[in-house]
Amino acid sequence: MTRAVHDLGGQPAGPLDLVEHDRTFFDQRVDAMMRLLAHPEQGHYTVDAMRRAIESLPRDEYDGLGYYERWARAIRQLVVEKGLLSEDELNRKLAVLAREP
Amino acid sequence: MTPSFAPGDQVKVRAADVTTHCRTPHYLRGKRGVVARVFGAFPNPEQLAYHRPGVPYQPLYQIEFDFREVWGRAEANTVITADIYQHWLERDA
Repeated sequence: MTRAVHDLGGQPAGPLDLVEHDRTFFDQRVDAMMRLLAHPEQGHYTVDAMRRAIESLPRDEYDGLGYYERWARAIRQLVVEKGLLSEDELNRKLAVLAREP
Repeated sequence: MTPSFAPGDQVKVRAADVTTHCRTPHYLRGKRGVVARVFGAFPNPEQLAYHRPGVPYQPLYQIEFDFREVWGRAEANTVITADIYQHWLERDA
């Protein structure tokens, strides 16, 4: 049976990191974007679509990315799926940002 | 959709192999349990995940599993509970 990258119940996982930590500014911005885009009344997609996008990440990316980095990747995929932004628009903006100091 | 199962019913989780989004944990597939609660019917998350409306709504149940049934060994005073949608359950006579 196929086991999805996120479906870890019963798998060896080592000790849990239970240390509390604050959300970074990046974390907060990603959280805010997700909540607006997935709002039940005005949103553009459901939390289920968000989960599906996160769970569809290739295993090395899923394991390598942080929690909110996965969210950011999922948001990027879903805004293109829903036609809110095109890949071209995203890539142009990212190129501009990459040139900023 | 009206619920097919009631509290106390013996059920078995379908051992389906899916590669699309679903909320039925891998470790519970094919396991036997008992219906503890009926939560009502909700949009099917396996459709919502692909921007579809989620109809027909699927009844959602809280299922209790014996520890040994799931992990193959005994654990005192431990019951595993999980929320499972009806289309993942079959009657276990």
